[in-house]
Amino acid sequence: MGIEPILTDSAEELRKADKVIFPGQGEANTTMKYLRERGLDAVISSLTQPVLGICIGMQLMCRHSEEYDTDCMGIFDIDVKRFVPTQHAEKVPQMGWNTIEDCKSPIFKGFEKPEFVYFIHSFYAPYSPSFTIATTNYIQPYSAALHKDNFYATQFHPEKSGSVGERILKNFFEL
Amino acid sequence: MLAKRIIPCLDIKDGQTVKGTNFVNLRHAGDPIELGKAYSEQGADELVYLDITASHEGRKTFTELVGKIAQEINIPFTVGGGINELKDVERLLNAGADKVSVNSAAIRRPELIDEIARHFGSQVCVVAIDAKQTEKGWYCYLNGGRLETERNLFEWAKEANERGAGEILFTSMNHDGVKNGFADNALRRLSDNLTIPVIASGGAGKKEHFRDTFINGHSDAALAASVFHFGEIPIPELKKYLREEGISVRL
Repeated sequence: MGIEPILTDSAEELRKADKVIFPGQGEANTTMKYLRERGLDAVISSLTQPVLGICIGMQLMCRHSEEYDTDCMGIFDIDVKRFVPTQHAEKVPQMGWNTIEDCKSPIFKGFEKPEFVYFIHSFYAPYSPSFTIATTNYIQPYSAALHKDNFYATQFHPEKSGSVGERILKNFFEL
Repeated sequence: MLAKRIIPCLDIKDGQTVKGTNFVNLRHAGDPIELGKAYSEQGADELVYLDITASHEGRKTFTELVGKIAQEINIPFTVGGGINELKDVERLLNAGADKVSVNSAAIRRPELIDEIARHFGSQVCVVAIDAKQTEKGWYCYLNGGRLETERNLFEWAKEANERGAGEILFTSMNHDGVKNGFADNALRRLSDNLTIPVIASGGAGKKEHFRDTFINGHSDAALAASVFHFGEIPIPELKKYLREEGISVRL
C-alpha cells in the first residue's frame, strides 16, 4: 500500500508518527496492564494525529470492558459488553464475515452498500449515537466502527478483510 | 448476517504445498503463497495451512513461510501441525498467523487450551479433532489418525469448549477422502451442544454436500482440500449455488 510501517512501543516514536495504528489480538486485562506499565495508555489518549484502533485496540479505547472487568482508556465513553446469545445458533465468539452498514466517515469513503468485513470477537461496543460510524448486526445491532476527533476504531479487521479492508486502510492513510 | 465460511486447506511440507493442484493460471502450483492468493481472489473466506513436516528444520521453514503469508494474503489464515506448547503458539502468532489449531497436544495435555486462551484469547485457539465412528461410538484419534484414544468425540469437544477453545475443527475419518458428504449427524450434535463455531471437515465431493452440512449439520464453516485443489468445485460457483439455496455467504 506504499506505507512504511514501524512497530514500536516508544512514546517518542508514537508522537512523531504521521498516523498511528493500534491493532490487536489479545485479552483486555493483560493488554491494558502492559500499556499502563509503560505509560502508553496516556500517550495514546494524548495523540493528535489520526489514530486507528482495531479489534481489541478499539475496545481498549472505550471506557470499560466486561472482559475480566477491565478499566480502559476512556477515549470513547462506551462500556464494552460480552455477547449474550439469545438462541443457540448465535455462537460466541462471532467469527467470520459480516456486513457493515450505515457507514458514515471519511474512512468509509466510496462505501454505498453493505460490505462484508472480517470479525472475530466475543465482546462488543454497543451502539452509541455520539460515536458510532458503522453498525453490524450480530445478536443485536452494535458498533462496527467508532470515531471521535482524531480517533477512529473498527471492531472488524480491515487488514484481514480483503479488498474492502484495503479500501478502508487507504482512506485512513489519506486522512 | 454472519456468513457461512468456505475454507480451503493446504498441506505444507518443507515450505511447499503437498497435494497436486491443477490451477491453470498458476506458475507454481506448489507455491503456498500463490495458491493462497488464488483462493483469496476466488472468494475463499479463510485459509488453513497445515504443516505436515516433522523435523525441526521443517518447523523453521514453516515459520518463515507464515511470515510471508501474513505479508501477502489479506484474508484470515489458521496454521496447524506440530503445535505442542505455548511457545509454538507464540512463535506462529508472532510470525503473523491469525489462529493456531491444536490437535494431539491438546488431547495429551488439555490445559494447553486454557493457556492459549488466557495468553492470546479464545479467538486464536482452534481445537482440531480427528474422530472415527465405530460400533462403540465416536472416538478421537491422535497423530493424524494413527492412534486411537479413549476420548469420546462429543465429551472432548465440550471440554475443549469449556476450557476456552474459540472454534472446533472436526474431521470425520469415516468420511475423509470418500467424497460422499460431511458427517452431518455428528456435526449437528456437536454444533448444538457447543457454544462456539464448528468447522466441518472430511467428505466434500460436490456442491450439495456444502449445502447439506450448513443446513442439516448446523456447521458454521466447511473445509475441504482436493475438491478445491483440483478445480472440481470452483469457489465462485459454489458460493453462487449456496446463495441460491438460501444460505448466507460472502459474494
